[in-house]
Amino acid sequence: MREPSGRTKRKIRWSKLYTFSCFRPPNTDPVPIENRIGRPGFSRVVFCNNPHLHRMKPHKYPTNYVSTTKYNVVTFLPRSLFEQFRRVANLYFLLAAVLSLTSLAPFTPPSLIVPLVFVVGISMLKEAVEDWHRFLQDLEVNSRVVKTHIGDGVFVEKAWQQVSVGDIVKVQKDQYFPGDLLLLSSSYEDGVCYVETMNLDGETNLKAKRCVEATLGLNEDATMNRFEASIYCEDPNPNLYSFMGNLEFENESHPLSTAQVLLRDSKLRNTEYIYGVVIFTGPDTKTVRNSMKSPSKRSRIERKMDRVIYVLFSMLILISLVTSMASAVLVSSQMTSWWYLRLQDKDLFFSPSKPVLSAIMQFIRALVLYGYLIPISLYVSIEVVKVLQAVLINNDIQMFDEATCQSVRARTSNLNEELGQVSIILSDKTGTLTCNQMEFRKCSIAGVSYGGDLNEVDLAASRRMNSDMVAYRSSVDESDAMSQGIEICEFPEDDIGNQMGYVGAPEYLESLNLKNQKISDVHRESSIKGFNFQDDRLMDGQWTRYSNVYHMTMFFKVMALCHTGIPIEDDRADKLKFEAESPEEVAFLIAAQEFGIQFCKRTQSVMVLKELDRDSGSVLEREYKLLNLLEFSSSRKRMSVIVSTQDGQIILLCKGADSIIFERLADDGKSYEEATSSHLLCYAEDGFRALAFAYRTIERAEYEHWDSVFTKAKTTVGPERDELLESASEMIEKDLILLGAAAIEDKLQKGVPECIDKLAQAGLKIWLLTGDKKETAINIGFACSLLRQDMAQFHLSSVKDSGCGNQSEAILAAKKALVSQIESFSQGIQVENKKHMPFALVVDGQALEIALRSDVKDQFLRLAVECSSVICCRVSPKQKALITRLVKEFTGKTTLAIGDGANDVGMIQEADIGVGISGMEGMQAVMASDFSLPQFRFLERLLIVHGHWCYKRISKMILYFIYKNIVFGLTLFYYEFYTSFSGQVLYDDWYMTAFNVLLTSLPVISLGVLEQDVPSDVCHQFPALYQQGQRGICFSWKRIISWIINGAIASLIIFLSTIHALSSAAFSEKGNVADIAHLGTITYTCVIWTVNCQIALVISHFTWIQHLFIWGSILLWYIFLLAYGALPPSYSNTGFHVLTEAIGRAPSFWIITLLVVVASLLPYFVYMALQRTFYPMDDHVIQEMKHCKKDVFDKQMWLREQRNSKRTTQVGFSARVDAKTHHLKEAMQQSGASIYRSFTNSPIYKTLRSSPLFQ
Amino acid sequence: MSSPTLPSSSGAPGSADSSAVRRNSKRPKYSKFTQQELPACKPILTPRWVISAFMLVSIVFIPIGVASLFASRDVVEIIDRYDIDCIPASNRTDKVQYIQSPGDKTCIRTLKVPKHMKHPIYVYYQLDNFYQNHRRYVKSRSDQQLRDNSSASDVGDCKPEDMINGSYIVPCGLIAWSLFNDTYSFSINSSQNLTVNKKGISWKSDREHKFGKDVYPKNFQSGGLIGGATLDPSIPLSEQEALIVWMRTAALPTFRKLYGKIEQDLEENDTIRVTLGNYYNTYSFNGKKKLVLSTTSWLGGKNDFLGIAYLTVGGLCFFLAMAFTIVYLVKPRQLGDPSYLSWNRNPGWH
Repeated sequence: MREPSGRTKRKIRWSKLYTFSCFRPPNTDPVPIENRIGRPGFSRVVFCNNPHLHRMKPHKYPTNYVSTTKYNVVTFLPRSLFEQFRRVANLYFLLAAVLSLTSLAPFTPPSLIVPLVFVVGISMLKEAVEDWHRFLQDLEVNSRVVKTHIGDGVFVEKAWQQVSVGDIVKVQKDQYFPGDLLLLSSSYEDGVCYVETMNLDGETNLKAKRCVEATLGLNEDATMNRFEASIYCEDPNPNLYSFMGNLEFENESHPLSTAQVLLRDSKLRNTEYIYGVVIFTGPDTKTVRNSMKSPSKRSRIERKMDRVIYVLFSMLILISLVTSMASAVLVSSQMTSWWYLRLQDKDLFFSPSKPVLSAIMQFIRALVLYGYLIPISLYVSIEVVKVLQAVLINNDIQMFDEATCQSVRARTSNLNEELGQVSIILSDKTGTLTCNQMEFRKCSIAGVSYGGDLNEVDLAASRRMNSDMVAYRSSVDESDAMSQGIEICEFPEDDIGNQMGYVGAPEYLESLNLKNQKISDVHRESSIKGFNFQDDRLMDGQWTRYSNVYHMTMFFKVMALCHTGIPIEDDRADKLKFEAESPEEVAFLIAAQEFGIQFCKRTQSVMVLKELDRDSGSVLEREYKLLNLLEFSSSRKRMSVIVSTQDGQIILLCKGADSIIFERLADDGKSYEEATSSHLLCYAEDGFRALAFAYRTIERAEYEHWDSVFTKAKTTVGPERDELLESASEMIEKDLILLGAAAIEDKLQKGVPECIDKLAQAGLKIWLLTGDKKETAINIGFACSLLRQDMAQFHLSSVKDSGCGNQSEAILAAKKALVSQIESFSQGIQVENKKHMPFALVVDGQALEIALRSDVKDQFLRLAVECSSVICCRVSPKQKALITRLVKEFTGKTTLAIGDGANDVGMIQEADIGVGISGMEGMQAVMASDFSLPQFRFLERLLIVHGHWCYKRISKMILYFIYKNIVFGLTLFYYEFYTSFSGQVLYDDWYMTAFNVLLTSLPVISLGVLEQDVPSDVCHQFPALYQQGQRGICFSWKRIISWIINGAIASLIIFLSTIHALSSAAFSEKGNVADIAHLGTITYTCVIWTVNCQIALVISHFTWIQHLFIWGSILLWYIFLLAYGALPPSYSNTGFHVLTEAIGRAPSFWIITLLVVVASLLPYFVYMALQRTFYPMDDHVIQEMKHCKKDVFDKQMWLREQRNSKRTTQVGFSARVDAKTHHLKEAMQQSGASIYRSFTNSPIYKTLRSSPLFQ
Repeated sequence: MSSPTLPSSSGAPGSADSSAVRRNSKRPKYSKFTQQELPACKPILTPRWVISAFMLVSIVFIPIGVASLFASRDVVEIIDRYDIDCIPASNRTDKVQYIQSPGDKTCIRTLKVPKHMKHPIYVYYQLDNFYQNHRRYVKSRSDQQLRDNSSASDVGDCKPEDMINGSYIVPCGLIAWSLFNDTYSFSINSSQNLTVNKKGISWKSDREHKFGKDVYPKNFQSGGLIGGATLDPSIPLSEQEALIVWMRTAALPTFRKLYGKIEQDLEENDTIRVTLGNYYNTYSFNGKKKLVLSTTSWLGGKNDFLGIAYLTVGGLCFFLAMAFTIVYLVKPRQLGDPSYLSWNRNPGWH
């Protein structure tokens, strides 16, 4: 990567998204490193073991302190103030406050400044608290300790932030690297160490790093004493996969590459310790350079709210214009004759000779005067509400994960309501859907499948068939009407027996069996990690009794020998633990051990197995000489070992993808091919990853001939080496004899299929984006029911370019091929659509690269959106981010990205909502996310319950806010018609101040925090309710305008009623007439009553808190009025004794209040009654059902509606069960015989046999 | 994720303990509030509620409306517009000139009592098209000065009526300057003098707290331009009730202000003779002047609005209650009828 380091991060970010490394020329650098050192971009010098040299210039580098905070003590005030006043509304209020200091404003300064300070202060406080939490998190990372050399071979623990460039550090097993290190040596003699880079790229397999030979000897504390060397290398850059440099050690120069560099945030695995020199620290490290600032996201509603604010601003400007125009006309015409005003040209507002100037002045004054149309406290109220909502989300016990002691965290609170509008979920696989744990589940040896053949889908389908049968039976008998309505498509629960209790004896017994099987399943799961297999035919050495024991032995030997793992001692004497590059191999080794062939020792050339001897029944230790190891690679898709047994026989053991193995079978090795492949199909449908096993024996002569070819190929240097190796392995990996296949389950996290099912029913689409292989991705697709066997799968893959030199031509060709693929698929969809066939699209990374180019992407996305599920495999982090962005832009819908690793960071930041899985060790994804979940399954509750609630709450809240400010603001405007547009204010300044801050703030906050349209269990039961958010019906322009109109009508009613009720005649028995103060106070009282009663009509869920706030606010107004009136008149101005002496004593005041409140709420009430009567929304109907307790009395209807509300979906567990049931029914109708054949082992078969249909 | 087990087994129980503690501390505490399970009432608008709400409103409102209307009808009010009639016919072409010229402007009006009027009878003057609520006018006063003798110099907002020849005007400002100065004296049945009590017409709090007992008018109406009434410099402001009433600026351009109280009953067909000093210039801005004698009810003066409004709203609610009753009878919707659910209403929307 030759990007100059001086570029801004932003540029790097764009480059990351738009350039794809695959199309770059391979990194064959014609210029030798030596020539580049010291040039621009390669100027870094590190003096190993001499950190003090880096404390001064010119080799002073940043410290290892990494900061993610937004502000520091100095910048907080200016920067956060700047952030605050970037909001148009706040800026407007700032200007208004400044104006209030002059004579321009109609109010006194405090009445404008106090709310502004209050509002901005709270927002800034929130920012400060959030940043403080970030600081604490940084502190935790920066104060992790690492052993650092301080001279004389002594290592002491130092905090990470104190580590500096040139330090020698000793990192222990399972520790993170404090910075980018150069590997000097490791606990292994050959200087190899294993590194887990999950935090960087999400890949779970371990990577081997190897030190240069010169430093191999430095593997003890003491040797560090005299070690001195210098490193000349590239400048800090964000490229994770390149490093260039030179190590000058003992007057020799050693070239360095990525193989020697250990990156910050990766973790040392399988190695006791390593020594390393710190090359890059803190902000210079590649991970930190790679990290992007999380973009500040705003929810859809908030963005729309901005537009609403603009609408209100235009209203404001409009009425200000009306006011100023009218005022100017009056000033220049009539007002001159109003002698009592003594108009003078000096008074700029009412200057008869300069009407234009006074119009302008009046306009400015009016802008401030009608400012109450703009809800000043809206932003701050929303912020407060969202923080409280986030607190409630964080404290939800149902989203607490006992296993990891983590609960859901809303890391940014400003996206709560966005959770209620998600349409597309983009999910990572490893660590998100799966727990990155492989389990040996089933195997097919010599044509017989072991490990049970029922899966959950079959179980659920058979159960449904059973209950259908019962329904049928009872309808025949007309005896038991109850059972008809029994819910039948629920997920299998532990307590099958209870559910099945009514089915009748045979079925019941059957289900009891199932139950037992289930229980033993659970039991076993806890006993051996990585092994979830139960079949008495194989366990406890039973397999040795079978006739084909030779093939069985060979099968287990493939598991025990064909791998790269090593055994580790465990505390349990007879069982070992294993570590290997991939978790699959570990699962195989554990399985082999359970079956009685234990891999117990590995040296450079010998592998030792403890085998169960068939004849003696005792355990023998046998040595196998490892002759060759043909490694696994993604193109070969197979791995072989060639071993020679103790009696001199040479065998090749091979495992690999079925298609690859089947191609290479000998003619006499195909005896199990048919059976095995049918089993493989079943395994694939269950979502297991299956590998075929095969072997062959090799004649010694043949082997020796081949060995010489292979060795020659191995020692070849140059580009043709790979090709030679490939052909060499082809030579020997042939004529194989098939043994069988083993199925590994990439274990899904708890509750993932159920969660996906629910989300799909709620109308969410789920895209799987994984860096993993296509096969694995498809497996997982099956496992979590995103794919099923009867789905039409479209595989979009790029054609391998034929090696033509010209790159652009290759791209062009690839593009052409891809476009034609896409077109044919789209046509396929159009044809198939009529048959209601579900589709799935599987895309691999290379195809995606082309598909996401600007000229193809629309076509591609159109296709992808049509499909029920989309799986993208082999995608890079950049591509994940790019897909996310394109999907977001193309569909215009809300996207949610969920992932756990650093490779998901881009996607998490790009999506409208980013969710990080926090259960895993890496923190990058969590740090970049907006919400963090301990487990994928909590996504359901987060979206369907909290998302739904928050969406409704915030929508209602904003609409109400607009309403309340319009009601209040417009009364000011209407009054101007009676004051000759002179800018006189109807209310006392302090009333105005109290309106937003004191008297109407708490009810609306209680609405925003506590409102529930339906309780949480109903949210779960009726996923369709979620679609209100997806379709955005709660905050549509129709609603916004309606509320604005409602506000305008209410204020008109309030104003006209009060001024007519307080006409010139006396308003009290004492003959007093009303003046401005009385009219203002009475109108204001009506406004307070109206807006607070209006919110009571809006709220549908009253706890004592809402009652307290709403009625308390009204009460508070009277208390305020009393207190204010009791102040000395120099403070209380017109409010002095106004309640006690004047209006409070007049019955007309109370009568007016009653009239106005009822009259102003009447339009809304009528509208609501009509809507509820004729066009009730789903939540209304469900509320009514709950209200009438129909869910208890009419359970049948309740359950039926739950089922109906589920969106017909093609993905998810239920859909699979549906499909299966459908399939079974068809089969049943056709003939009994076919059922016998295909389901002999299933409970369905037995059920059918005992059912009346078959008798 | 296979994490390697530690070789030392001795630490295990301790760590298990601590992890248990950690678990408990991290686990959110259960409370009905945080789990959003607070007991709540969830009122919904059932037809019964809708109809009863409308009925309730009409049941409450119609009696109040009737009571208000009766109260308003009980009030006896005599309104006499005199601004034109009190100008001699010869001067009516240029009323402004007439009112601004010096001379006797006495005018006699005769009022007839239509109905028995119970005391107290309030005497108001009513001005039309007079913008006492104009911003420039409203602000042109100094509460500080009115309240406090020592703050005579506090005339900040009073321009141009703040100073005269270098000395402060008390009370300053346009409001005081434009004090209403028509005078009324009444006699009943052409002989008997009818006393008008001009005390107690202002708010008590104004007299006691807003207008100082030791503040006396100074330099008032002594400039070249005379606005309205003059004040007796020997009477403190707290006793100048006409001023206090006037200084309570009216909210609307048509307003009445108390002039005094007649504390005796008037019988039906009594004639009242009003000797009227027509000085106040409303002619420049075409303002009407009216003299109003009115009794009050418990609801105040004569104003049918409240009664009519109450009857309207009550009647409307009654109508709505009936309408909704009919709707529910004709086209009853069962509460929680599942056929109204969106997925049942238009099954194609999926």
